[in-house]
Amino acid sequence: MIYLQLLWSFFQIGLFSIGGGYATMPLIQHQVVELHPWLTMTQFSDIITISQMTPGPIAINSATFVGIQVAGIPGALVATVGCVLPSCCIVTALAYVYYRFKGLAMVQGILFGLRPAVVAMIASSGVSLLLLAFYGQSLLPADPLRPDWIAVGLFAAAFFVLRRFKADPIWVMAGAGAAGVLLYSVL
Amino acid sequence: MENSKSKYLTLFLSTLQLSAFTFGGGFVIIPLMRKKFVEKLHWLDEQEMMDFAAIAQSSPGAIAVNASILIGYRIAGLPGALVTVAGTVLPPLVIITVISFFYAAFRSNPIVSMVMAGMSAGVAAVICDVVYTMGRSVLQLRRVLPVVIMAAAFVAACFFDVSVIVIILLCGAAGAWDTLRRGRGKGNGEA
Repeated sequence: MIYLQLLWSFFQIGLFSIGGGYATMPLIQHQVVELHPWLTMTQFSDIITISQMTPGPIAINSATFVGIQVAGIPGALVATVGCVLPSCCIVTALAYVYYRFKGLAMVQGILFGLRPAVVAMIASSGVSLLLLAFYGQSLLPADPLRPDWIAVGLFAAAFFVLRRFKADPIWVMAGAGAAGVLLYSVL
Repeated sequence: MENSKSKYLTLFLSTLQLSAFTFGGGFVIIPLMRKKFVEKLHWLDEQEMMDFAAIAQSSPGAIAVNASILIGYRIAGLPGALVTVAGTVLPPLVIITVISFFYAAFRSNPIVSMVMAGMSAGVAAVICDVVYTMGRSVLQLRRVLPVVIMAAAFVAACFFDVSVIVIILLCGAAGAWDTLRRGRGKGNGEA
C-alpha cells in the first residue's frame, strides 16, 4: 500500500514538473510534506541542500531520500520508478514523432526557432551558476567587486583548459573540485 | 549481436558516467552529452543535440532523464531508452541512499563544502564553454532571426524570469512563422 502511494505521488511529481530543477521543489514539498506525513519541513530542506551538493536531478534525489525514510531501499526504488515513468512514456513518444516528422519543412522551421532559444536558456542558467560560484548566491550582490577570488581563478583556469585543449568536462569539474580543496584549505 | 551488446554497454556506461557528474542542475548534462555523443562517439550531430535539449527542456520530468531517453531511443530504440534511463538514475539513487544514512555529517563536512565550491566554478566554466560553442554556430547561420531569438530569449529568461514553456512556445512559433513567410516568398517552392 505504501509502495503504491509512493509510486503515485512521485508519478505526479514526474508528470507535472516541467522546466526541471527548482521548479520541481514546490511540487515535491506539496506531496511529501503537506499531503503525506513523509518528511518534516527540516528534512525537506535538508534534502534540497543535499541535492545541491550531489549530482542528479532534484526529483530523483528526493524520490530516493523519501523512499528510504518511508519504506527502505525498496521504497527508494519504487519512488524513483514512479518519478521517471511519465518521462519514459512522453519523451519516447516525442522521440518517435521527432524522427518521423523531422523532414517536414514546418517541423524544420519550428526547430530552427527553438535551437537559438535553447542556447539562450543554457546561457541564462550559466549566469546563475556563475553568480553562485563567485558570490555564493544566484543574484548579483550589492558589491560585485568582492567575489570569491579563488572561485574566479578556478573558473578562468577551467574555461581556458576547456577552450584551449578541448578537455573532457568531467575531468575539468573533478579537477576544479580537487583544486578547491587544496586552495580553500591553504588560503 | 556482439556489436549491439557493446552498443548497449557503451550507452549504459556513458550515461552512468555523465549522470554522476551532473552537478548544478539539469542543463549541465547537455555539454557533457555533447562532448561524449557528438564529439567523441559521433553518434549524434550538433543539431540533433540542440533539438534534444529543446525537447528535454519542454517535456515533463528531469532534463537529464529526458535527454538520456532521447539519446537511448536514437541509438537503439526503446530498449536503448530503458538502458540510458537506468544509467542516468543509478548514480543519484546510490549516492542518496548512502548519504541518507549519515546525512547530517555529510552536510556539515568542511571538505565536502570545499569540493563543492571548487566544483561549482568548474561547472560554470563548462556551461560557458558550451554556450560559446553553440552560440557561435547560431551566429554562423548568418541570419537575423536566430540571433534575435537568442538575444530575446536570453533577456526573457535571465532578467524577467519568463517561464521556459512560454519561451519555447514563442520561439517555436517564430520559427514556424519564418517557414511560412519564406515558403510564400519562394512561391511555395519546397513546402
